[in-house]
Amino acid sequence: MTKQVTLTIDGKQVTVAAGMNVVDAAKTVGIDIPVFCHHPKLEPVGMCRMCLVEIGRPMRDRATGQIVMENGAAKIQFMPKLETACTNKVEEGMVVLTQSEKAKDGQRGTVEFLLTSHPLDCPICDKGGECPLQNLTMAHGPGKSRFLFDEKYRLGKAIPLGNLIVLDQERCIQCARCIRFQDEIVGDSVLGFDDRSRGMRIMTSSDPGFDSVFSGNTTDICPVGALTTRDFRFEARPWELESAASICTQCPVGCNITLNTRREARAQGDFVIKRVMPRQNEEVNEIWICDKGRFAYHYTTSKRRLTRPLVRKKNPSTSLRAGEERFPRASWDAATKAAADQFMAMKKDFVILASGRLANEDLFNLKSLAYHAGGQAYLYSHIGGGEPTTLVGVGAGTNFGTMGPETAIVVVASDLYEEAPIWYLRVKQAADRGANLIVLNPRETKLDRFASYVVRYAYGDEVKAVQDLGRKSRISDAFVNAQNAIILFGSDGLGLDGTASLASACARLLFDTEHIGKPNNGLIGVWERANDQGAWEMGFEVAEDLPKALKGKAVYIVGADPVGDDPKLAKALETAEFIVVQDVMETATTEIADVVLPARAFIEREGTLTSGERRVQRFYPAVPPVGESRADFSITSQLARHMGIVLEGTSVSAVFEILADSVKSFEGLTYAKVSEVKPQWPIVGRGDMYYGGTTYENTLGMGAHLTAAAGRGETVRIARVQREAAPRPKEKELLAVPVNKLYDRGTTVMMSADLLRDRIGGPMIALHPEAAKNLGLEAGQLVTISFNGISGDATVKFDETISVGVALVPRSMGLAIREPIPAKVRPQRGQG
Amino acid sequence: MSVLDPVVELVRGLGTTLKMMFERPVTVQYPEEKRPVRPRFRGRHVLKRYDNGLEKCIGCSLCAAACPADAIFVEAGENTDERRFSPGERYASTYEINMIRCIFCGYCEDACPTEAIVLGDNYELSFFDRRSAIYTKDMLLESVASEEMLTPQKTEPGKYNRQSVPLMKNPQD
Repeated sequence: MTKQVTLTIDGKQVTVAAGMNVVDAAKTVGIDIPVFCHHPKLEPVGMCRMCLVEIGRPMRDRATGQIVMENGAAKIQFMPKLETACTNKVEEGMVVLTQSEKAKDGQRGTVEFLLTSHPLDCPICDKGGECPLQNLTMAHGPGKSRFLFDEKYRLGKAIPLGNLIVLDQERCIQCARCIRFQDEIVGDSVLGFDDRSRGMRIMTSSDPGFDSVFSGNTTDICPVGALTTRDFRFEARPWELESAASICTQCPVGCNITLNTRREARAQGDFVIKRVMPRQNEEVNEIWICDKGRFAYHYTTSKRRLTRPLVRKKNPSTSLRAGEERFPRASWDAATKAAADQFMAMKKDFVILASGRLANEDLFNLKSLAYHAGGQAYLYSHIGGGEPTTLVGVGAGTNFGTMGPETAIVVVASDLYEEAPIWYLRVKQAADRGANLIVLNPRETKLDRFASYVVRYAYGDEVKAVQDLGRKSRISDAFVNAQNAIILFGSDGLGLDGTASLASACARLLFDTEHIGKPNNGLIGVWERANDQGAWEMGFEVAEDLPKALKGKAVYIVGADPVGDDPKLAKALETAEFIVVQDVMETATTEIADVVLPARAFIEREGTLTSGERRVQRFYPAVPPVGESRADFSITSQLARHMGIVLEGTSVSAVFEILADSVKSFEGLTYAKVSEVKPQWPIVGRGDMYYGGTTYENTLGMGAHLTAAAGRGETVRIARVQREAAPRPKEKELLAVPVNKLYDRGTTVMMSADLLRDRIGGPMIALHPEAAKNLGLEAGQLVTISFNGISGDATVKFDETISVGVALVPRSMGLAIREPIPAKVRPQRGQG
Repeated sequence: MSVLDPVVELVRGLGTTLKMMFERPVTVQYPEEKRPVRPRFRGRHVLKRYDNGLEKCIGCSLCAAACPADAIFVEAGENTDERRFSPGERYASTYEINMIRCIFCGYCEDACPTEAIVLGDNYELSFFDRRSAIYTKDMLLESVASEEMLTPQKTEPGKYNRQSVPLMKNPQD
């Protein structure tokens, strides 16, 4: 345990850990020292001078070094001038006065100075109403300024810092919170100060501007309205917003978010989401979220949302008359009955294809339906290896925030910055605290900069690279001898069986080195979707040959768009006997469906999701449902009833109870348990936005961990590694390997395209300059890439960190790539 | 008490009646005739414009925040020099007052940082249905003298920035 120090603040005895600064120490006992530049997550700099207080320390005799006593107590010697409470660490016997006339005078003066050139345009400022400068001016300001209004220094307004963040130079008080956030927490130094004194202003040094996926967080911690988001610009005043707790569904991290809603005229007076804000969960996302989670929510209000059940007319080509709809509207009862009748008729040839986007309750009902109806339930994913994570997945109590020098973190075949940004942030910070970070990847990733060891392997050698960690070497020592070890594996350059083999190899290594069944130990899959982990826990499998599994079957597709994703799957589905699609939006798959069932988006319903860290977290409804849509678990239950199967369909918490009773890793969990909160540090939200920014306090649940087989003390048997190495590209052949991009062209992202267009970009492939030279290609050139009998257009990008024989093809960018595959790249006709 | 007393009182009373017959009547023939309102009268709201036609309202929603009856609804938009509604960055893209809810307290007027919303002298507010009680921005905005003064206007780039919003003066009657 760290050393404790006792001091007195405003007459209150405070005992805190040594090394804490005075502001934080005061905060622990509810004394608010006003701050602007200080943030509990950042290193103190003492730039704003707002936290001036009187500090006295026990007087020491110069000759003896002994504390001078007076009337039986240590004599306190106060400094002649005020000191900043944020840069002073607590000391034994320290006396701090925050309310003395001298301290108050200092704070009054600081506010007056900060406002000398502030434009005071609060009425049009997006921060107005939740602005630390406003609040602290009201609380500590002098009320009147001695400075002349006409002498205010004028700077630029509404200057775009990249296309997501807007800078107002006049409002900036030069606290550097945004710069320090980028430098210290993210490690992307893309912001800086330009000029000096009153003309000092924030500028971005990257191209495109503010090139970071965490940029939105700077608007949260900005203590004034200098940084605001383009998305929320003039959208609403903060006091008009209502908030609902939710979980981000964009990636497996499961960041806790708050959805701010308000009625809007454009939506005919309905509630709409106005912005997405982080919600504190120090064990998951701390107080941060990535820009994808913050800005890519617009799909929920898309015009392409499905609003009512549809049943396709028989033989549409012959009987369709003018004015007749191909999909006449149907009642819920008729639509689910039509689907159920077909499923029953098909008996064993009934296949469920479920997406990892669904909540635990939905997946459980689907799995139950498949079980009782005698059909198959598959998870729609390009990443395999779920089973090992249910066996040796991270133990309950795992928290990246507690990892330090005793921990080794291995990241293999994953570009966390692009796939799960908040994990990147947390892993980076663990490495900063001294954790041994080992990155295994065929190409350079952003995480390499913070790694203790970086291992490059050729595409296809990932299993060998992982096995090498168990053999004697300097790197393996760091891993094997670590008290705790965690492995994150992804799908960078890997398909289904590649990831499955990799997961087995990782699980075997963890098993052999006994890094299982304990907190901060085990395996984490960097999945494609938010709830893939939940699906694995319930025993979903991925079909090894999905096209074959779909051929001639009655298919119930939930939350997935296989037709739009892959021409091969589209072809397989053409031969399917009967297709029922249940989704929130019109997709290419709903086009060919026989029955379409409209589902509610996560913002319109309740449920739980299981994050990649195996934490079950609950989300709450924020807005009323669109049209006649219903929650997925409820639709499945209605459909099942027509098949004579009874599944819970009204109460989502009742489904969860049944789930907890039937699935071992969920044992003992209830909605009440996942809604529990505990005290967190730093203290954010509540009445004082100035301290932690506009992040919301967590009052509705921090979630609860699942148990893994290893943690329950069961015998763990790990499947044999299927393949040791993948085929290499031959000479004059390129191996197209799939990689993941944060802003892809998937449905949920593209709907926010206005905002993210520049970040998404078009279809592209990355080649080594050497490879491009061999093919006679230049950077930026349009090429046709063909593999697997399909071809697509893409722009060439150079990447010197990859090997010559491969072409990186981002997933979900218009090219249907699922696994590494030999490909031909040639310039488009009429060019080169 | 004399027996003549009631007669005296009757004559005095009739005298007053006789006197009033020759004075101007106080009743007016509403609605043909209307009485002018007092300077501080609080009638239906008006959204004011500057002399050049630009709207004074900047869509800050402070009137809605001050409103004790929750009668005002504001949504804001961003001005461009191509489509300018008001000086500065922000304007009200939606401005609605529900006149059934309004209690004519004038707090919105007090809260307004640009003197854009003013309670006028129109008191003739009656509706046949609830929907028509909602006054939209078009209904509330002051009329203009000529067509080119209508908003949105196309303006010179950089001419209307934040400093072009004139400072408020102390209120007079």
